[in-house]
Amino acid sequence: MSHAATMPPARQTLLDVRNLGISFATAAGRLQATRDVSFSVARGERIGVVGESGCGKTITGLSLLRLLPQTITTIDGRLDFDGVDLATCTPKQLRDIRGRRIGMIFQEPMSALDPVFTVGEQIAESLRAHRNIGKREARDRAIAALNAVGIAAPERRYDEYPHQLSGGMRQRVMIAGAMICSPQLLIADEPTTALDVTVQAQILELLRDLSEGSHMALLFITHDLGVVAETCTRMLTMYAGEIIEDAPVDLALEKPLHPYTSGLLRALPRLSARRSALPSIPGRVPPLTQMPQGCRFRPRCAYARAGCEAEQQMRAAPDGRRVRCWRFETLDLPGATA
Amino acid sequence: MGSHGALKVVGRRLLQAAPVIVLATFIVFALLKLLPGDVAVTLAGDNASEERIAEIRRVYGLDRPFLAQYGAWLWNALHFDLSRSLLSGEQVLTSILRCFPNTLLIVGMALTLALATGIPLGVAAATRPDSFIDRTVMAIASLGIAVPNFWLAMILVSVFALKWNLFPATGTTAFSKSPTDAIYHATLPALALAAGGMAEVARQVRGSLLDILSSQHVRTLHAKGLSPQIILWKHGLKNVGVNLLTVTSLLANRMLAATVVVEAVFAIPGMGNLIVHAAIQRDFPVVQGVVLAMVIVVILVNLIADLLCAVVDPRVGR
Ligand SMILES: Nc1ncnc2c1ncn2[C@@H]1O[C@H](COP(=O)(O)OP(=O)(O)OP(=O)(O)O)[C@@H](O)[C@H]1O
Ligand code: SF4
Ligand SMILES: [Mg+2]
Repeated sequence: MSHAATMPPARQTLLDVRNLGISFATAAGRLQATRDVSFSVARGERIGVVGESGCGKTITGLSLLRLLPQTITTIDGRLDFDGVDLATCTPKQLRDIRGRRIGMIFQEPMSALDPVFTVGEQIAESLRAHRNIGKREARDRAIAALNAVGIAAPERRYDEYPHQLSGGMRQRVMIAGAMICSPQLLIADEPTTALDVTVQAQILELLRDLSEGSHMALLFITHDLGVVAETCTRMLTMYAGEIIEDAPVDLALEKPLHPYTSGLLRALPRLSARRSALPSIPGRVPPLTQMPQGCRFRPRCAYARAGCEAEQQMRAAPDGRRVRCWRFETLDLPGATA
Repeated sequence: MGSHGALKVVGRRLLQAAPVIVLATFIVFALLKLLPGDVAVTLAGDNASEERIAEIRRVYGLDRPFLAQYGAWLWNALHFDLSRSLLSGEQVLTSILRCFPNTLLIVGMALTLALATGIPLGVAAATRPDSFIDRTVMAIASLGIAVPNFWLAMILVSVFALKWNLFPATGTTAFSKSPTDAIYHATLPALALAAGGMAEVARQVRGSLLDILSSQHVRTLHAKGLSPQIILWKHGLKNVGVNLLTVTSLLANRMLAATVVVEAVFAIPGMGNLIVHAAIQRDFPVVQGVVLAMVIVVILVNLIADLLCAVVDPRVGR
């Protein structure tokens, strides 16, 4: 947990998300998938986003680059990235930020790469989309990027196709492509879930090194609290489309303020498999169409009292923490080390 | 694609070719023999005596057992001897070389037209799903697939040739003599063939492009900040390529078969006409020769398509 304590001295906000709400137009009407999501990312900060399957982690990440299906998605709120509102900026402004100032990598590196282009070409083309350079130079820089993410014989790998590489190598290629323009923020949506354990550890180390080396912020979406503990400086916990806790990783793990975070920690080191219930928390996540009134966690919360049926706002807590539970001061919840 | 992959594709296709050729020519031969009608009667002329007909049979070897006749034909064909037409006495190879360019021109033009119109229509539809353009394109495509090409051919003749006199109703000019005149003559027949092809291409391009554009790897391209143009024309089209090649080779084969009908409507002396007349008169060396030529052409078309697929998609042919 030594990395978790390294916070940049002067906190300079890079991304400020205010009241982000994402809804989808579906056959069954408008589905409000997230609401009142607010957080900020400082330069160089590494934030872990955790929560059970379906709580809105992926769509929150995708909404930052407006990658959700345009025709059915409505995004409310402000996504202030260094003075530009990502939610409302022009397509041209957005294209300029995508890939150059904000990079993104995904869970399945095989399906995230174009199968009919060489991996080198796919890295070089991001560079050429943003910098006015020739083919030769782009190739050289892409080979250097492959080298930087730990791929041996990069000159040869440049001309290979995704299907010729292993899963770990494909994810390295994705990272090389996302990093080639030295972005200020990298959004990584479960980048190691599809990989086996040793490769996972290597990729995590690579991401942390790259982030530390170039002072790049990281928004790390994962099911794995162990990964957050090792990689991140701050942790956002999401539940049923809301952020319910925001705290420095070491504090969140040691002394969670929200009953849900505490329940998650008791399921360490790994959250249970998708769609199955958490052993430490009874019940299931409510479907989007049947959100309970008041605190959304109430039906599953062991600490629920009269008063919890009121809608919960994010409340400021000591040490720069925030929590969506009115009782947090009176509760003494067990953490990961308890 | 490495040369290794290409060799594998060629080898596989050639291995498949031999049995297909034998089977196709054998079946056609057998059908000709099973159906009523006798070329010897035609050759003997009106009011010929039974003896005369029997003699002709003997002279042409038509009295030999069925398998012996087929065997003799196959043996000669293996030595590049397709024998002569029983009726005209012309070398079958000569007839084929005379007729094939006419058919090739029509099919080539039809295929070009189908691709040149079908691809843009499919792209236009796929990039604006459920829009007015999309629905119009799909309606046209359904129509194009539903309309039989002989019917379209007759409509084209009656409107553009007979009513407005814009194009000739029948006949051809050899491409070698006058390319422009040849193309002029081939335009209406090519249009008749192309309509269904255009519809098929538009539908396939739309369908596979829609899949590609909503795929995860295209999401990555957006995340990298590529322009919609590059995503569509560079990544979209190359990903559609394999599907497109498959459709194109299917179309080429289907159009070759459809020339039988279209050449009849436009009275074009191509392969279709050649085989139809020969079959009616049981002129089996000609029928066999045309079938053999067509099978070889189809095999070549598929081979080329396979090779191109392996170029477009690195996963093919390994
Ligand atoms: N295109 C869409 N149309 C309708 N609903 C959607 C769409 N995309 C996502 N959702 C819904 O939004 C909610 C959040 O989905 P999201 O993928 O962000 O969850 P997640 O936290 O990433 O889950 P996981 O851990 O399984 O990846 C889910 O209930 C999901 O069903
Ligand atoms: S508000 Fe009440 S129900 Fe909700 S988490 Fe806090 S104690 Fe539990
Ligand atoms: Mg997800």
